[in-house]
Amino acid sequence: MATPKEVLVDPIFNNNPIALQVLGICSALAVTVNMSTTLVMCAAVIFVTTLSNVAVSAVRNRVPTNIRIIVQMTIIASLVIVVDQVLQAVAYDISKSLSVFVGLIITNCIVMGRAEAFAMQNGPWLSALDGFGTALGYSVMLVGVALVREPLGSGSLMGFEILPRVTDGGWYPANGMMLLAPSAFFIIGLFIWAIRAWKKDQVEEADYEIAPNLQYREVM
Amino acid sequence: MPESDKSFDKEGLGNILLVAISLCLVCAIVVSTAAVLLKPQQKLNQELDQKQNILRAAGMLPEDSNVDPQGRSVDELFSQFTVRAVDLRTGRFTDEVDPASYDPIKAAKDPARSMELSDTQDIATIGRRENVSLVYLKESEGGVDKLVIPVRGYGLWGTLYGYLAIEGDLSTVAGLGFYSQKETPGLGGEVDNPAWKAQWHGISLFDQSGKPAVRLVKSRSPEGSVAAGYEVDALSGATLTTRGVQDLVQFWTGDLGFGLFLENLKSTT
Repeated sequence: MATPKEVLVDPIFNNNPIALQVLGICSALAVTVNMSTTLVMCAAVIFVTTLSNVAVSAVRNRVPTNIRIIVQMTIIASLVIVVDQVLQAVAYDISKSLSVFVGLIITNCIVMGRAEAFAMQNGPWLSALDGFGTALGYSVMLVGVALVREPLGSGSLMGFEILPRVTDGGWYPANGMMLLAPSAFFIIGLFIWAIRAWKKDQVEEADYEIAPNLQYREVM
Repeated sequence: MPESDKSFDKEGLGNILLVAISLCLVCAIVVSTAAVLLKPQQKLNQELDQKQNILRAAGMLPEDSNVDPQGRSVDELFSQFTVRAVDLRTGRFTDEVDPASYDPIKAAKDPARSMELSDTQDIATIGRRENVSLVYLKESEGGVDKLVIPVRGYGLWGTLYGYLAIEGDLSTVAGLGFYSQKETPGLGGEVDNPAWKAQWHGISLFDQSGKPAVRLVKSRSPEGSVAAGYEVDALSGATLTTRGVQDLVQFWTGDLGFGLFLENLKSTT
């Protein structure tokens, strides 16, 4: 059995849901254009993952195996709707810019993955820690991506100007690619590279080896 | 397993139904409680957001703040406006609908309350046009001070929704702002750029013969010429968004849009 501390801390770097498991990528691309939406999204995912883990874990002994997935789904969906409603009430502007991505937390593989893989086998307390830790791992990655994308793409951070843009009379020509979703792919790729250079055990074994280009004569 | 008694069958049909029904009940209660409790606040937010958009289009509220330079709040500023319903077919005010609850965009989807536009009429690519729309009037002594009309039209990726604010002479633009658009960030998305939007201020909507004349051009005519009064810079790298914006302004100031209403209003003031 894993200790509570491992359950909480492991997903942050050792078993990061985005960097190692490569889950939850779509929202990592979509919401990281600026830091404030990223933070709200992270808070929403932390809330949903923690509570859904607790709820699934609390009912795990009653839930028939046949309908367990739909039970998890219903719990997650309800929590997500609650989060969406709260955001629309208290943070209207941010909820507008997050648009469908709050709703799409339902399909975030991380949430469902933790419910099925961890909460179904462990008690509520440990599941809560696991959900919180995993969502924290997700958040660390998202904040990292936003930390690169917002300054380079818009010259600001949390809406405050840090690189004065040429269009506003400064010196920094904003990088338009950073405003588009694919740029997050490159940044996440670089992060994965950095994490694997630091923690060598995460490096996957090659599935096959690429043969060198040979001259015709050498083959003969 | 905590349940050790023989009568409890976790995989049995009875338990499946029991779990499914009780789960649905609990989740339904949680979701509907949240929705009902938060509804008033959400409605307030939506109204406030709409007011902000109108005030920003009219240039009365800065882009990055909820109060104007004199420190007046959105509600205070908006109270200077009156909302009136306008029948776009006749160009006159109407009492057919209640402006407080009327939604023109919804009405445009209802065949009974809108008209279909033919290809030649539909330059803004909106499909149907509502019969009755809303205008936001800011009156001063002896006439109109500002008039804000809702506009929409297709850009490159989707419909742009916004407000066009017109000065008291009913032919000069006070400002244009979009509250919803899906254009490419950095290219067509520059419709939200304050520097670009600022150019709209003071542009003439109609030429000598009263036809919509606003054009978005690659290079503007020399300053002071007649043509320069109708011209706004095109957005570089966003030809289709530019065309969409030009078309939607022309459509909504034209005879199928608010053209008749503007003429009527001019002759009465």
